[in-house]
Amino acid sequence: MNGRIIAFCCEHSAYPAADLAGKLGLHYPETLRIIRVPCAGRVDVIHMLRALEKGASAVLVLGCEDGACHHITGNIRARERVKHCDMLLREIGIDGRPVVMFNLSPNAPHKFVKAANEITKIIKESREAR
Amino acid sequence: MEEIKQAMALYKKVLVAGCGTCVTVCWAGGEKEVGILASQLRLARSAEGSEIVTLEAIVERQCEKEMVAELKDKVTEVEAVLSLACGSGVQVMAELFEDKPVFPAVNTTFIGMPEKEGLWVEMCGACGDCFLDRTGGICPIVRCAKGLLNGPCGGTRKGGKCEIDPDKDCAWVLVYRRLEKQGRLDLMRQYYTPKNFRAVKRPGRVQATKA
Repeated sequence: MNGRIIAFCCEHSAYPAADLAGKLGLHYPETLRIIRVPCAGRVDVIHMLRALEKGASAVLVLGCEDGACHHITGNIRARERVKHCDMLLREIGIDGRPVVMFNLSPNAPHKFVKAANEITKIIKESREAR
Repeated sequence: MEEIKQAMALYKKVLVAGCGTCVTVCWAGGEKEVGILASQLRLARSAEGSEIVTLEAIVERQCEKEMVAELKDKVTEVEAVLSLACGSGVQVMAELFEDKPVFPAVNTTFIGMPEKEGLWVEMCGACGDCFLDRTGGICPIVRCAKGLLNGPCGGTRKGGKCEIDPDKDCAWVLVYRRLEKQGRLDLMRQYYTPKNFRAVKRPGRVQATKA
């Protein structure tokens, strides 16, 4: 594992939020790697699995707030897929490498940072628990 | 999944083969599912500290020999095949590539089929608890007249034919020959307890859970 957190960021919400976080000089874990996607609904289960296969410690899927998806239901689909991916991982006995979804709006850089910190905390906790 | 993981435990390089027709439509063994299953296998193996190389392939229809034959190069490269096709596809694969063990990755529960024209031979009983991994990819439940799990019976005729119909092959003779080719005859010595034929409640009904 390379300790990285792969964050799939919707270009209508999380990506501008990350951009804003940068402009404001907010700090977030340096292990976070951002991948810009046209919609959280574009992120498929296989993308999350591949990220883990390549050594990521966790995968974040960041999409628009409920009811605000640019593509209407992309964020809802994304949540279902994250849930499905989580089930697939549990099926093969992989825990401690979370796949988590957060919803945020483009003007919420603090929420972006909070999501990044939260997943880092989850990874840390599960490592300590082992 | 546990069953698949155990079946693959012996192998380092496998082909995960999907089918582009029925199982794709029912979200069980299409391109997407092949990718996901292969990824799950690799992740599970790396979590155990070892490695598995997976080749991935989809054929338009795994129940048609001509189409499965296209996989020849890939099958030659691997030690075993994990097929996500229905029981029929698994058997075609096993028949074409007799020297390779073929494992079913899905439990075929029921098969819908075109109603008219031509003739089809029953290959899979859609019992919901696939047995093909232990019989070299030949289903004794429908291909043996008696549906024996521990065959052959005492009635096999000379030349490996069935006592009930001399025109039909004894499925268990076929199983023996197939396993012999693969060097897995130890499976013939195993005793299998009666199968649970209530794994699927008829009429079959499956609610997909994929997002």
